Amino acid sequence: MDSTVADFVAILGPKRVLFEPEHLAAYGFDGTAAISGTASCVLFPETTAEVAKIVRYAAERKRPIVTRGSGTGLSGGSIPQDGSIVLCLVRMNRVVELDQRNLTVMVEPGVTTITVSDLANSVGLLYPPDPGSMKISTIGGNVAENSGGLRGLKYGITRDYVMGLEVVLASGEVVTLGNQCVKDVAGYSMKDVFIGSEGTLGIITRILLKLVPKPESKKTLLATFDRMDAAAETVSAIIAEKIIPCTMEFLDRITIRCVEDFAKIGLPLDVEAILLMETDGHPAVTHDEAVRMEAIARRCGAREVQIARSEEEATRLATARRAAFSALAREAPTTILEDATVPRSELAKMVNFIQGVAERYQLRVGTFGHMGDGNLHPTFLTDERNHEEMERVEQAMVEIFDYAVKLGGTITGEHGVGLAKKKFLPNAIGCASLNLMKQLKTTLDPDGILNPGKIFDLP
Amino acid sequence: MSRPPITNLPRLTHPDPREIIDGIGRAAPQGKTGKAVYLKELDYSVIQQCMHCGMCLPTCPTYDATKLERNSPRGRIALMRQIADDKMEVTEAFGREMYFCLGCLACETACPAGVEYGKLFEYARAEVEHSGVLDNPKRSLIRNVMLRGLFTNPHLLRALGRLIWVYQATGLQQLVRDLKLTRLLPKKIREMEPLTPTVKAQFSDQLIARVESPEKPRYRVGLLTGCVQDLIYSDVNRDTADVLLANGCEVVTPRSQYCCGSLHAHNGEIETAREMARRSIDSFDLDGLDAIITNAAGCGSHLKTYGHLLHNDPRYAARAAQWDAKLKDIHEWLAQIGITPPRPGVEAMKVTYHEACHLCHGQKITQPPREVLKAIPGLDLVELPESTWCCGSAGIYNITQPEMSKELLKRKLEQVDKTNAPIVATANPGCLVQIVSGLRESGREIEAVHPVSLLAKSYREQGREVPLRKPSARSKSDPAPAGH
Repeated sequence: MDSTVADFVAILGPKRVLFEPEHLAAYGFDGTAAISGTASCVLFPETTAEVAKIVRYAAERKRPIVTRGSGTGLSGGSIPQDGSIVLCLVRMNRVVELDQRNLTVMVEPGVTTITVSDLANSVGLLYPPDPGSMKISTIGGNVAENSGGLRGLKYGITRDYVMGLEVVLASGEVVTLGNQCVKDVAGYSMKDVFIGSEGTLGIITRILLKLVPKPESKKTLLATFDRMDAAAETVSAIIAEKIIPCTMEFLDRITIRCVEDFAKIGLPLDVEAILLMETDGHPAVTHDEAVRMEAIARRCGAREVQIARSEEEATRLATARRAAFSALAREAPTTILEDATVPRSELAKMVNFIQGVAERYQLRVGTFGHMGDGNLHPTFLTDERNHEEMERVEQAMVEIFDYAVKLGGTITGEHGVGLAKKKFLPNAIGCASLNLMKQLKTTLDPDGILNPGKIFDLP
Repeated sequence: MSRPPITNLPRLTHPDPREIIDGIGRAAPQGKTGKAVYLKELDYSVIQQCMHCGMCLPTCPTYDATKLERNSPRGRIALMRQIADDKMEVTEAFGREMYFCLGCLACETACPAGVEYGKLFEYARAEVEHSGVLDNPKRSLIRNVMLRGLFTNPHLLRALGRLIWVYQATGLQQLVRDLKLTRLLPKKIREMEPLTPTVKAQFSDQLIARVESPEKPRYRVGLLTGCVQDLIYSDVNRDTADVLLANGCEVVTPRSQYCCGSLHAHNGEIETAREMARRSIDSFDLDGLDAIITNAAGCGSHLKTYGHLLHNDPRYAARAAQWDAKLKDIHEWLAQIGITPPRPGVEAMKVTYHEACHLCHGQKITQPPREVLKAIPGLDLVELPESTWCCGSAGIYNITQPEMSKELLKRKLEQVDKTNAPIVATANPGCLVQIVSGLRESGREIEAVHPVSLLAKSYREQGREVPLRKPSARSKSDPAPAGH
């Protein structure tokens, strides 16, 4: 036990400090394929004061800190590099207050997304962000990565539901940003700086979330297609007709097979693509929108359109869809997941381009994603031990990112930059934006102790 | 059929499983380490299949309790991978971790990527035993006596069962308990004493004839009577035979059956498990049977893996594959052939159903047991919240990890309370022992029974004749199907 560990034991007690190799090995990775690192120790604070103490200690010694929740991130944001200290916040998992008069809930960062979702549901409210890993992902991680989900199209993303944050700064100082007011223009909106900052600017220790009334009804449609671009055209056409459903999820043939293999819910296996669409709201509206969406899908060439018969069936479909990424691992040992996002008018072009790239580089790719918000997840099915193929994957990724940016899109819609997309960032956002980000980083964290090496490198 | 005791097995030296304690597993290290053997023998793609997405975390009882990654399926697989990659040696901490896992396989159900955790877990425990990192004289002695001695020899096991029966039936056990003589026992054994299940007066061979036939046989099936099941739930075996007869199955029950080997496979004794598998296969005439029936979920889950277990054995590989194809859980079999419904009858009863891990996760059988229960006239099935969450029995886990096991049992019983059902049905002897002991200790007036016993009781209560070829083989008074 080195002196640092002993000092942390003095702060947290022996049970909340891990340093043995058998423990550290389990904290060297998150949900990202083919990237790992090694922590020097893993700490489990339970209060903001403990977090502040740890940060002050690290700041004095310029020791890097990586904050982490359940470790389901998909860009390597919580992977410890160069013997970082891992600050794991899963024990800060209290729901502080549910305020039904103001429709807010205050939680600690280690509360899981599903806990918030279930709690809201129990009082007739809705917490819309629903990332694929919501059963275990933490709110702290969701805010740090600004996670999306299946309902982004209509309801937006995590950022749209954060009203306030408590943050421990790199100096160890604690700040409270935002409040329960719907309107607040007292100075800069500093909370927004920390949302999506991937643990590089501060450590989020408390979150005030906005909840919305639960929609009275919903309708779930499943459309099947013989051509992938027909599915993409359907999505573009629905948006162009001024319908904003809450969900429009896309799965290609390989993904359908993998998901069906796991969930066994009777998805058709002989089609090139399916669209899972959901509209929610007033019963009259959902009925009307479902009818129009069905007509549009048929006009764009859908083979079949079915409406889910029950709430259970709809839930089964959505749950199965959430498993898509992991289910693709049935096909290959390594699944390199991308997150390219384009304006919705450009979807068909992007889908076709991905197919072309995969063919040119002789790679297998499964594509699924939140087509309604232009957020695609082309996933390369490969084997990290095959270096030659991994190189081709790399080249294919470069092409896909370049094309997405050319279409006015972005390299990551909801997974963050982390380590996985770091080298693609300059090209995507340009020098001036990158410099602005770096200035912000050096101002808030002059010694670079908070999650160093993520998003971008500093000289 | 009597065979010589098994010999020529690898040396067995194992630590006291009770010393494997908490999730952190921070005990004074003995400094012993070992190189990977079994995990290397396993196809690397099985380890690589895990893409550490974390979908397993919320379904893992040990992760849920400790929130430590190492205590989760993906954490454990990460350690196995480190060992397979030679980045880490087999250490005592690794050994402890592998025995902290319940082996409930809830992670297999949750895993979209289809990782075969059960297989990894068995190989990892074999690795631990091979390396000797947990060895100490006491553990070795216990393991030698239990795994190699008792559970490879049905005659010895029955002799012990008979002794315990005498102890219990003569009232000696009650006397010892009343006089609090258990205080004289070492602490660890004293804590386990209440778990001692009640041994039946008659074992399966006395209750079930070698062959029993219904009036119009539609099928011919073999019946597995188990080892522990045979001692403490021989009545459930009788009930199973009765249910099979009532559903037109001729029942063939070989005498003096061997343990199926699941206990060995789950505790790092793959070679012994292979030998037990061969003996079980030898006990049945596979070609002459439509199915081989088990009523114990834990055994069933393992019995269906004989094909994999013996795939490298030229003499047995083909028969093991045939065995797998014919091996059916009793509920699965009844659902497949269609349950003959008992005539509408008697009193209404409320029943809830706890899903044995190795039925719902291990064998993916969830609906058939519910069908069995719903087929009983007057039975009102109330769904149990968290029905697929482990009760803490987990083979011998309640002996090796009593603290974690008790936590899980408490949680299970609290869920049972929510249903207000006076009867909880579950289809595994381990779960029955665990839940019965929890109910007894907490003074709850709830009965725990096997679903098949309820069905058998229903057939009997309406006076439906269960025709037997050899009625003399049955005991004078039918054993009560419930409430042990």
